[in-house]
Amino acid sequence: MKEVAVVGAGMTLFASRMMETGKELCWEAAKQALDEAGLSLQEIDAVIMGTAPDAFDGIHKKGENLLDGAGGANKPYMRVYTGGGTAVMTPIAGWWHIASGMFDTVLVVNEEKMSSARPHAQSVFAHIWDPILDRPLRPNLVWIFAMEMQRYMHKYNVRKEDIALVSVKNKRNAVDHPCAQLADPKITVEDVLNSEPMALPVRRLDISPPSDGASALVLASLDVAREICPDRIVTIDGVGWCIDTTMWTNRDLAFPKFLARAADQAYRMAGIKDPKKEIHIAEPYDPFNYKELQHMEGLLLCEPGEAAILTREGVTQRDGRLPVCPSGGLLGVGNPIAATMGIKVGEIYWQLARKAGKRQVRNDPVTGVCQAWGDLMQFSSVLVMRRR
Amino acid sequence: MISQPRGRKLSREEAERVPHVVARPKARYAWSAGPATGRFLEELKEGRVLARRCNGCGRVLVPPRMFCERCFRPTDEWVYLPGTGTIQTYSISYIDTDANRIAKPILVGVLAFDGASEGCGIMHYFGEVAPEKLYIGMEVEPVWKPQAEREGAITDIKYFRPRRKEDRQ
Ligand SMILES: [Zn+2]
Repeated sequence: MKEVAVVGAGMTLFASRMMETGKELCWEAAKQALDEAGLSLQEIDAVIMGTAPDAFDGIHKKGENLLDGAGGANKPYMRVYTGGGTAVMTPIAGWWHIASGMFDTVLVVNEEKMSSARPHAQSVFAHIWDPILDRPLRPNLVWIFAMEMQRYMHKYNVRKEDIALVSVKNKRNAVDHPCAQLADPKITVEDVLNSEPMALPVRRLDISPPSDGASALVLASLDVAREICPDRIVTIDGVGWCIDTTMWTNRDLAFPKFLARAADQAYRMAGIKDPKKEIHIAEPYDPFNYKELQHMEGLLLCEPGEAAILTREGVTQRDGRLPVCPSGGLLGVGNPIAATMGIKVGEIYWQLARKAGKRQVRNDPVTGVCQAWGDLMQFSSVLVMRRR
Repeated sequence: MISQPRGRKLSREEAERVPHVVARPKARYAWSAGPATGRFLEELKEGRVLARRCNGCGRVLVPPRMFCERCFRPTDEWVYLPGTGTIQTYSISYIDTDANRIAKPILVGVLAFDGASEGCGIMHYFGEVAPEKLYIGMEVEPVWKPQAEREGAITDIKYFRPRRKEDRQ
């Protein structure tokens, strides 16, 4: 199996981008990633595209629609889709394209455009529910998260105040991210706790905003990476993914077992025995504040119910022992579903390469983990990266 | 390093001035409920809740299915349940399906049915209860639509209400 490195990354501003087409957003992100890698499109062997449900922008075969912007024309090209989990699944697909020995350089481009849906992306989200048993109840997507959050708080006795701290941390971290949509240097726990009720316990500031954007990565075999960027060798050392049953009303909603399995797979591959000690930085998927905590636990970075305590103690701040979502996360930078690859995989790459600028964490991390979560709340993809 | 991104966020008014095309897809679908969920729906019409047992793992499954996804073998028999259950989780929703704000909250959650395997249940509404009285672990029972109005749908149950009269509103 060939070893694989990340040699470039790029992303667009995350915001309502009615001006640009999805294709144009893809191009912007892809070009940045290629520029950082110092490669031209001609030097790319294959292209992977990631984008979430077609229903969001009502365009079928989105992979085909975005092809030219992603630089896939006349190349081996495929779309990978696992809902929100796409954000970390496409880089895994990129990894196996190279690890298999088939290719030396792969461009991975993720895009999302949620502003096209009228009157609101929420109306489209309702279509992800089971058409026979759930949809006749006229659900809103937020319900499913509200119910999960309630169960999580109940089972592990987690306080709403500690969960609110995640929104505060991430929205403040996002102030230093040039692509951020919802950064807020002054936000407080009280702001979060008193924000508009959506589906309780979920309030407005517990949620990341729908957004448009794109992100891209250039992956290369380690041999090629040593030639083109010997100054920063950041490798993908472990990958894992796993999904639970579609029967969501039969599942344990408090602990994400599927994620623990995906993480275990990635850690074993990376030779990590004790993730609590060996992981120095993490970008877990944070579309809701409680998800960051639940995902830290699923990633085995702490015990179930302990993530809130670490957050309260400041361990997960940028200058803490285990910085978590130093990018500002989905809560602070925005949530263009698949495109959040830029603040998960992209951020860990920039941090390990010491290229995160104002967002650079203090503990000079060598090993990092990132994760995305999606489908019907039961899929996770995990990537472990290292600086060599 | 991230280069300074191009473009900017447009206001709603600016976005409306961007050249664009608006269209509504014209599509309708008929989704099959399948033999398991189909019979479950038919039984709801009669005011009964039906499950399916798998003799491989011994689970009593709701929603019922014709095969067990764990044992990967056919399930074995139909099992009638009393219809009562326990709240596993819930939400008090101030938004409807289109994200419109609503004054009177929707009470919704997941309940596990009595007689089914642990944690096996469905999503449904809760009613005849004050939002602040709801709790995880509350015992609930179904409130059915009048028989003539039932149509073989999950909404043949209007909602679930507390079994204890003191908890009802
Ligand atoms: Zn079974």
